[in-house]
Amino acid sequence: MTLAAAQHGFLSPTGVEIAFLLVGLATFGAALVTVTTRQLVHAALWLVVTLGGLAVEYLLLTAEFIAWVQVLIYVGSVVVLLLFGLMLTRAPIGRSPDADSGNRWAALAVAVASAAALVWVVVDAFRTTWIDLDGAAAGTTKVTGESLFQNWVLPFEALSVLLLAALVGAIVLSRKAKADAATAAQAREPRGEQAAEEGAR
Amino acid sequence: MHLVYPAVLSALLFCTGLYGVLARRNAILVLMSVELMLNAVNLNLVAFDVWLSKAARETLHSGQALTLFTITIAAAEIGIGLAIVLAVYRNRGTSDIDRLRDAAEGPDDDPDSGHDSDAAATARAAEKAEATA
Repeated sequence: MTLAAAQHGFLSPTGVEIAFLLVGLATFGAALVTVTTRQLVHAALWLVVTLGGLAVEYLLLTAEFIAWVQVLIYVGSVVVLLLFGLMLTRAPIGRSPDADSGNRWAALAVAVASAAALVWVVVDAFRTTWIDLDGAAAGTTKVTGESLFQNWVLPFEALSVLLLAALVGAIVLSRKAKADAATAAQAREPRGEQAAEEGAR
Repeated sequence: MHLVYPAVLSALLFCTGLYGVLARRNAILVLMSVELMLNAVNLNLVAFDVWLSKAARETLHSGQALTLFTITIAAAEIGIGLAIVLAVYRNRGTSDIDRLRDAAEGPDDDPDSGHDSDAAATARAAEKAEATA
């Protein structure tokens, strides 16, 4: 305790800490807007801000490879997939008043209670722990690649099989609905029919 | 850097995602909230890996490797999830998870008998036909 306080002062934060706090505030605010906005497309766009802010936090933590992977996969493809999903399910462009369900207040109570518990426990546990960001970066591409291909080869290969299975599964799930479109056409609402036609295109 | 900063930010982001999962009604918004929770876990993994790579003697950089695996699994999850949501939307004409109550049990078994009961019933019949075929 005294050692930590002697080495690092609470009242003299470093520039990295200040940058981390500011970006963290922006990230948390964007996440709050993402889960509370009533415009569905805006939620996806605020999610871009959240994920980009997290990429900056990874950079500040010297994990640069993770940061660029985050930008490539999350901001580049996951958000685009989510936007496609919103548009294929004909999400309304303007404000949709029924974006939140009726148990919003119960959800808010659960979230606030768990946030209080988690923050209390984490602050209490790691109050005197400091990350040493000086010296060689802990997450350059070289370091990450070496550890990945020396110690984590088998999970890496298993993950490629999982990705292949997910790819095939997504294709099968999408094609099955199209193949059944002719048989179940009369059972469907006209809105769903138009969406199926859009999906077929 | 104080380790509390990334840990607290990660906890707050996780609880934000938890609120979104519980409070949202559109299935795609629920998927977005799940992504938020996964990202909070990723931030925790990276922060603790950077801390341990300096504090401990021998680490396998397991935090960063697991972060990469989580990102990959999240990409697969979002693909499968969106395919399921689109299939449900094609069958039912809605992606509102409050109305997808076919597996619900209890005394009030059919809560949505007021609206689009015909479409739901015919969709259910069509599904049974698919299942038997």
